[in-house]
Amino acid sequence: MMEPCRLAASELACRRGDRLLFAGLSLALDSGQACHVTGPNGIGKSSMIRIMAGLLRPFAGNVERQGAMALLDQNIALDEHQPLGKALAFWTGIDGGSVDLARLGLADLLDVPVRYLSTGQRKRAALARLLGQQAAIWLLDEPLNGLDTEAVALVETLVAEHVAGGGIALIASHQPITVSGMSQLHLPDFVPQDVYA
Amino acid sequence: MSAIGSLLWRDLSRLLPGARSGNTLLPLLFFLAVAMLYPFAVGPNPTLLAQTGGGVIWVAALLAAILPLDRLLAPDVESGFFDQWALRGISEEVVVTVRLAAHWLSFGPFLMLAALPASALLGIDAQTLWTVELGLLAGTPGLAAIGIIIASVTVGLRGGGAALAGLLAIPLAVPLLVFGAGSLSTGGDAGLALTASISLVLVAMAPFAGGAAIRAAREG
Repeated sequence: MMEPCRLAASELACRRGDRLLFAGLSLALDSGQACHVTGPNGIGKSSMIRIMAGLLRPFAGNVERQGAMALLDQNIALDEHQPLGKALAFWTGIDGGSVDLARLGLADLLDVPVRYLSTGQRKRAALARLLGQQAAIWLLDEPLNGLDTEAVALVETLVAEHVAGGGIALIASHQPITVSGMSQLHLPDFVPQDVYA
Repeated sequence: MSAIGSLLWRDLSRLLPGARSGNTLLPLLFFLAVAMLYPFAVGPNPTLLAQTGGGVIWVAALLAAILPLDRLLAPDVESGFFDQWALRGISEEVVVTVRLAAHWLSFGPFLMLAALPASALLGIDAQTLWTVELGLLAGTPGLAAIGIIIASVTVGLRGGGAALAGLLAIPLAVPLLVFGAGSLSTGGDAGLALTASISLVLVAMAPFAGGAAIRAAREG
């Protein structure tokens, strides 16, 4: 079991350029809870994930974090020219965790340079990096992009296992994700109306 | 501590001359090419070459230090490395400090080595060569720091960043050039000491300036 973790946001607002993307967003996730953030492209799902991660300052409100955080987004943070095994080893050297690469279907790809991997393989490689971090809080931004049905099921299982083990998962995706007990947060509900009226 | 070791190892394996990622040999070859072309351009007058050769080495070193700027930090920002380090509590300042060390190691000592054949090509005497080497030792950390600062400030620029980085770095490098190359004509240790002090100030500033610039780019 992981140590207790918590991820909470209160009265969060996000502004990009001149546009207020969302406002008044509150959310609290405790150990063993998962939340699926839904909404169409451009609504601010990625920005919300980055605010929760502490990589972007919110326009208003604040975020409370307890526990280590891991982020999976469109940037896989693996050296493109390196073979996959070495690229992952860099993060293993920092995080100290080991990953079951066969389960992710990566065992045969360790000698392949990262730049030659397909979209789905890159996503799975990023998942390996995420798993190796062994962080309590998972922030996943569109984790299912480019994955086939089998890999989608694997991601759902991994999230379910993580949450069952006492972790937290915050998942932003426009695609449906089935994880039992996962709450939903529909981001368009927090888009301010008539701000310029 | 092991994180810093991992960072330094990764940086060196990407930046050292001969590393497989990109044109790591280019600055060194560029430096030697300038030293080789200069006698062709000004003519084979030994006195003229010996008088101006040290200055040429300095200008070549400065320009060679500018060449790798576009791949110093930008690729790691774009591919999410800095985000991942931030989430692990490894601050931008730490990463930039390690990168500064790796950047200097990947061109400073090699330029000092390359100055030996360059001095032969330019007909520089041993005394001047010694001053050039000491000057490069004192000045190249400062050039590396300027490079890191400029690379971090231009990190958010899509395309065209490389040319702009070069243009921004040159005026900042003028004090190093004035005192570093100036120590050749005055022959004094004062010039070397001033070069070293400018270098120290720049090296001390670079991690903080670089860290702040990378965080600012994230908000953009």
